[in-house]
Amino acid sequence: MSTAPEHAGSAVTSEQGVIHDIGYRHYDGPRLGRGAIRRAMFLEGLRGAYGLGRSARSKVVPALLLAAMCLPALILVIVASVTGASRLPLNYTAYPLNLQVLVAIFVAAQAPVLVSRDLRFRVVSLYFSRPMERIDYVLARWAGLTGAVLLLLALPLTILLAGALLSQMPLGEQVGDYLRALGQAALLAVLLSGIALVIAAVTPRRGLGVAAIITVLLVLSGVQATVESIAVNEGEGTLGGYSRLLSPSTLVAAVSDDVLGGGTGVGPPDAIGTSVEILVYLAAVAACYGLLVLRYRKVSVS
Amino acid sequence: MSLIITQGLTKRFGAVTAVSDLTVDVSPGVVGLIGANGAGKSTLLKMLLGLLPPTSGSASVLGLDVVAQGAEVRQRVGYMPEHDSLPPDSSATEFVVQMAQLAGLPRTAARERAADTLRHVGLYEERYRPMGGYSTGMRQRVKLAQALAHDPQLVLLDEPTNGLDPAGRDDMLGLIRRIGTEFGISVLVTSHLLGELERVCDAVVVIDGGQLLRSSSTAEVTAASSLLAVEVDGGTDGGTEGGTEELAALLRSSGLAVSPAGRVLEVELRDDTTYDVVRDGAVRLGLGLVRVERRRHRMAEMFTTPATDAAASERTPDPTPDPTEALGVHGA
Repeated sequence: MSTAPEHAGSAVTSEQGVIHDIGYRHYDGPRLGRGAIRRAMFLEGLRGAYGLGRSARSKVVPALLLAAMCLPALILVIVASVTGASRLPLNYTAYPLNLQVLVAIFVAAQAPVLVSRDLRFRVVSLYFSRPMERIDYVLARWAGLTGAVLLLLALPLTILLAGALLSQMPLGEQVGDYLRALGQAALLAVLLSGIALVIAAVTPRRGLGVAAIITVLLVLSGVQATVESIAVNEGEGTLGGYSRLLSPSTLVAAVSDDVLGGGTGVGPPDAIGTSVEILVYLAAVAACYGLLVLRYRKVSVS
Repeated sequence: MSLIITQGLTKRFGAVTAVSDLTVDVSPGVVGLIGANGAGKSTLLKMLLGLLPPTSGSASVLGLDVVAQGAEVRQRVGYMPEHDSLPPDSSATEFVVQMAQLAGLPRTAARERAADTLRHVGLYEERYRPMGGYSTGMRQRVKLAQALAHDPQLVLLDEPTNGLDPAGRDDMLGLIRRIGTEFGISVLVTSHLLGELERVCDAVVVIDGGQLLRSSSTAEVTAASSLLAVEVDGGTDGGTEGGTEELAALLRSSGLAVSPAGRVLEVELRDDTTYDVVRDGAVRLGLGLVRVERRRHRMAEMFTTPATDAAASERTPDPTPDPTEALGVHGA
């Protein structure tokens, strides 16, 4: 309750020793704009998705999943170098598809870490008391999770590339495939994160959110696989191709195959098929964005 | 320059009017916003932050319109909500750094400010632990620290003493006073407890049912009255009661108006000689003078005015730790 500046210079003793109280200091440094604030929010989300800056417990799941994603890549690289193969046993673009369950688990586990906790513990009311608009929050969180998923996909791909180059496989071919796979990973990260965030934003309880996201992703991929195999058995190749629009991972594989190249011919055939799959992808991303904006417009600040 | 100006500010939620035609002009300093639960305090704070658009009317904070310049207002204002709002898996340091960055501070500056403000609110080693394990008192301190982290010109504190024990409340009130004086940051603090705001505020705004009851400086409200409170100890018959009554009789015989109020005598204060009369009387009766002090008006008296009496008495069941401090409970 002291009103006089006699506080300045006095010492406050605590158990740890003596802390010199130099009084309150005002901040007269720079105050950055909305872009920097969005960037800070994005980085917090990216770090938070791997448990950085959070409790030790929240680091366990993302670290295990990242290790699980990288382990097969390491094995492939070692096998390739020991056998002296001239190419990797598994294509770069095929790698994420083969491990899509792990990717789904990561997204399901970490999307609620980013958004459900902010809703449940009402941290959003503090965030929105800053010069940050709701749209900034949505974009920053989406970018944060996308970055985290991209990292999860890019690290094993990079291990594959490094291993391939160390075994002296042809540089141009390897790097081209690698970059294509990175593009596909980015498309996948954006879509998966969007879907997961929409679900997490309506399930403030974390466990519920995890279960809901994993269910949606696995059901979609199960339905897609079933429809495709029936179609192929019945000799309906075109239908089989279009069935790939049903699940995020096959949709992204089809889009990246046609747009970024790769020539495996998955997905709907010819130019019409290509434009349909691109439209479906864009519509899915736009729908996620719209739903998130709607959801956060309604979030009360109290 | 005025800190906060509102003009006919109104907020309706459907059929409920939370804030009704509120017009106030608040000067910088420590300002108390008093009202019972549901009086519209939190709604008013959220409108001042530009988070809730007013139904009608206008408001400006630090000269900035809250609707058109909401982001600018929020850059210069800190907000401590009434409810819990801390993520349990982050440490206080991490969180306050983040909140400073979200106000536009670069990361290094944010780290420095976070360490500073956490120290000012009295959080030391525990600030590195996850906040899930914090006590209510520590959580309130972190909430206050994040409101101060970006060095705002004004902080809006919504019920900062909620849930604190008496010692914690005293600490928090002391801190609020320091923010206003030492830190030079204006404070708008809400409470439903009159007594605590009386101690720390320069001015008070009283709202009830979303309407302005009164806006005035604390000095005005608690100005010295012309009553002298006298408490004595002992007496010729050994009993305190007897001594008090003897003194009352003696003072009345000297022509002073005296009314007993519990163990205290309220003596009409004419001029400085009244003090002498009281002293001499106590000496003559062999009584110990425990207390002689000039009575101040208490904020609670604002609610005893006939216009508000009915409204105030409805609020008496408000559960509060100290009934004499509760809104509408008048002094004994």
